[in-house]
Amino acid sequence: MDFELTEEQRMVKEAAADFAKNTLAPRAEEFDQNEEIPKDIYQELASLGYMAIMIPEEFGGSNFDFISYILIMEEFAKACAALEISISVHNSLVGDAILRFGTPEQKKKYLPILAKGEKLGAYSLTEPGSGTDAGSLRTSAVPKDDFYLLNGTKTFVTNAGIADLFVVFVSTKPELKSKGISCLLVEKGTEGFSIGVSEKKMGLKASDTRELSFSDCKIPKENLLGKENEGFKIALSLLDPSRIAVGAQSIGIAQAALDESLKYSKERVQFGQPLCNFQAIQFKLADMATQIDAARLLVHRAAYIHSQGVRCSREAAMAKLYASEAANRIVNEAVQIHGGYGYMKEYAVERYFRDARVTEIYEGTSEAQRIVISRHLLKD
Amino acid sequence: MKLSQKHEEFRQKIREFAEAEIEPKASSLDEKAEFSFDTVRKLGEMGILGMVAPKEYGGTGHDTVSYSIAVEEISRVCGSTGITVAAHNSLGVYPIYLFGNEEQKRKYIPPLARGEKLGSFGLTEPGAGSDAAGTKTTAVLDGDSYVVNGTKTFITNASVGETFVITAVTDKTKRYKGISSFIVEKGMKGFTIGKKENKMGLRGSDTATLIFEDLQIPKENLLGKEGEGFKQFMITLDGGRISIGAMALGIAQGAFDKALKYAKEREQFGQPIANFQAIQWKLADMATQLEAARHMIYHSSELKDKGERFIKESAMAKLYASEVGTFVTYQAIQIFGGYGYMSEYPVERYLRDIKLCEIGEGTSEIQRIVIARELLR
Repeated sequence: MDFELTEEQRMVKEAAADFAKNTLAPRAEEFDQNEEIPKDIYQELASLGYMAIMIPEEFGGSNFDFISYILIMEEFAKACAALEISISVHNSLVGDAILRFGTPEQKKKYLPILAKGEKLGAYSLTEPGSGTDAGSLRTSAVPKDDFYLLNGTKTFVTNAGIADLFVVFVSTKPELKSKGISCLLVEKGTEGFSIGVSEKKMGLKASDTRELSFSDCKIPKENLLGKENEGFKIALSLLDPSRIAVGAQSIGIAQAALDESLKYSKERVQFGQPLCNFQAIQFKLADMATQIDAARLLVHRAAYIHSQGVRCSREAAMAKLYASEAANRIVNEAVQIHGGYGYMKEYAVERYFRDARVTEIYEGTSEAQRIVISRHLLKD
Repeated sequence: MKLSQKHEEFRQKIREFAEAEIEPKASSLDEKAEFSFDTVRKLGEMGILGMVAPKEYGGTGHDTVSYSIAVEEISRVCGSTGITVAAHNSLGVYPIYLFGNEEQKRKYIPPLARGEKLGSFGLTEPGAGSDAAGTKTTAVLDGDSYVVNGTKTFITNASVGETFVITAVTDKTKRYKGISSFIVEKGMKGFTIGKKENKMGLRGSDTATLIFEDLQIPKENLLGKEGEGFKQFMITLDGGRISIGAMALGIAQGAFDKALKYAKEREQFGQPIANFQAIQWKLADMATQLEAARHMIYHSSELKDKGERFIKESAMAKLYASEVGTFVTYQAIQIFGGYGYMSEYPVERYLRDIKLCEIGEGTSEIQRIVIARELLR
């Protein structure tokens, strides 16, 4: 057993931590307040290779391994979870999807511009009527001549308002249900494709979330990703790594909350002494740290298995489930340790509390993770 | 415990009022972080702002059980209005009624009870939160008035209130026995209100800082005697805690009601999600916890009404109702899935709102200290 990172992974982590600390953290509150991530941040991210973390060099990517990607996501989430989710979607649900399932032409066409940050990616599976039950999606894509005719609505799409390229799941054979789903690459500006207004959310306010609607929208057949009617497999195989990434995001938020709580409890004096002198506070801190370590180990285990090219649905679901639930307990305690100040926007823990809440919802709710895990347990 | 017919009828009346007059505005007040004076006027007309004062002072003289029901029902639709009502009654009006002399009561309670003026309570300071006895604000007697200097923070109804009960140190050598309380009026020279706080939730309620710079308070505005401030605010908070517990109960009940409705309507996998055992058990746990919290709130209210000791019970009720309330509200979002995270649906507001109930009027940590002290007494 080896819990050590490689030399390269350690360097990647340190570089990401420096960037996050110096560039993202000081502006995270401003992003949250303005409900927007400024464009210059994406350009800076692209110049540092963070827009194509796992993409090979031939396409302009950084060619880092999956574990490095997970380490970067944790560091980014520690500073700004809203930026992290935007980058995570772009990297693992769009760039990585094209790398794994795209034709040579698609890779050549899209990967370099995604890497340069010229185009931002978004991913769209969920619909108003199909959330946890993702296989029941209804957006239809009827094959005609050399295109598909799309009609339907997608919801809760991260990056929607700022993205240029969308990975969209559609139903090409409704009678086959989940076996009739296909995956298409849709470019912004295509006729019949419109993007809704920005959703107001509890947290991750700087990340952009919108609805997509398709009304007789024609998508060329060459934009099919993978094979027709095999889209659900793509969705499922992208879910494992993206769940691990949400696990990493959860740890990042939780770690930031613990760091702030440690700092505050040493500084804040009540009853003539720092809060950290009180056993009740000490035990809270101990529980928070223990849960973060457990979550991180689960996330790293799942990341390691995935990086070996082995399926890890059970491990990814466990990592995501535990890390997101732990993160929510931890941010709750962090607010508690900060007392009245923790309820005020002036203190970062207020934002952590709002941001953490969604980790138990997206990329499969905790309930969906439990379905995956129990199905694995009962399979044999 | 079973509520009397009278109490159930009262609940129905408040519920109808809250759903008709307060709920429609709740989401917009939150979004704009706006305080509604229109709501205050209506609350006044309903007698809700004079619940803890007897009729002779312009109040409605309700018992604590009724008061808890009112805070619960209002919070069920709007936490911001819930805390405005709770702070006004329990912290603004009640200490004047309990500790004021006849003149003070006649002068200050009627306009508060009728809702013409809002009441507020200044205890917490930047350096004195859980350690409320660590007050640094000073009051020095100079002729016919006390000269007060200091800052109070996180004060509910600060910029909308007109009558304040505040604490200050009159004798540093006596530590907590040197704290006194005073009635302060808006507009007194040397009294200014700081900037409005930008909060996670309860954004339709008003929270700001009180700043005293050589504020001169007439001697007759001393509440009770010098040195009684600490005891007074401890007693005030014992009662106030029940109202924060009732507020938590109401918010959580509101979130639960919405989640229950949604679970019956929302279909996934070809059936309402309420058909799934995992959702059923979640609902069962939520309802059980709400039931327990409700009994604790009414029980401590009843003890208070009977004049029995209720310190432990009110702390327990507040601790339990706020902690399970946060859990229940948290689970309500979970049942709503992605919609629960969106401001278009009310449950995310409920979670932001209820979190304060674990902090205000004594954090959960302070409640545990109070309970343990009572156990070990």
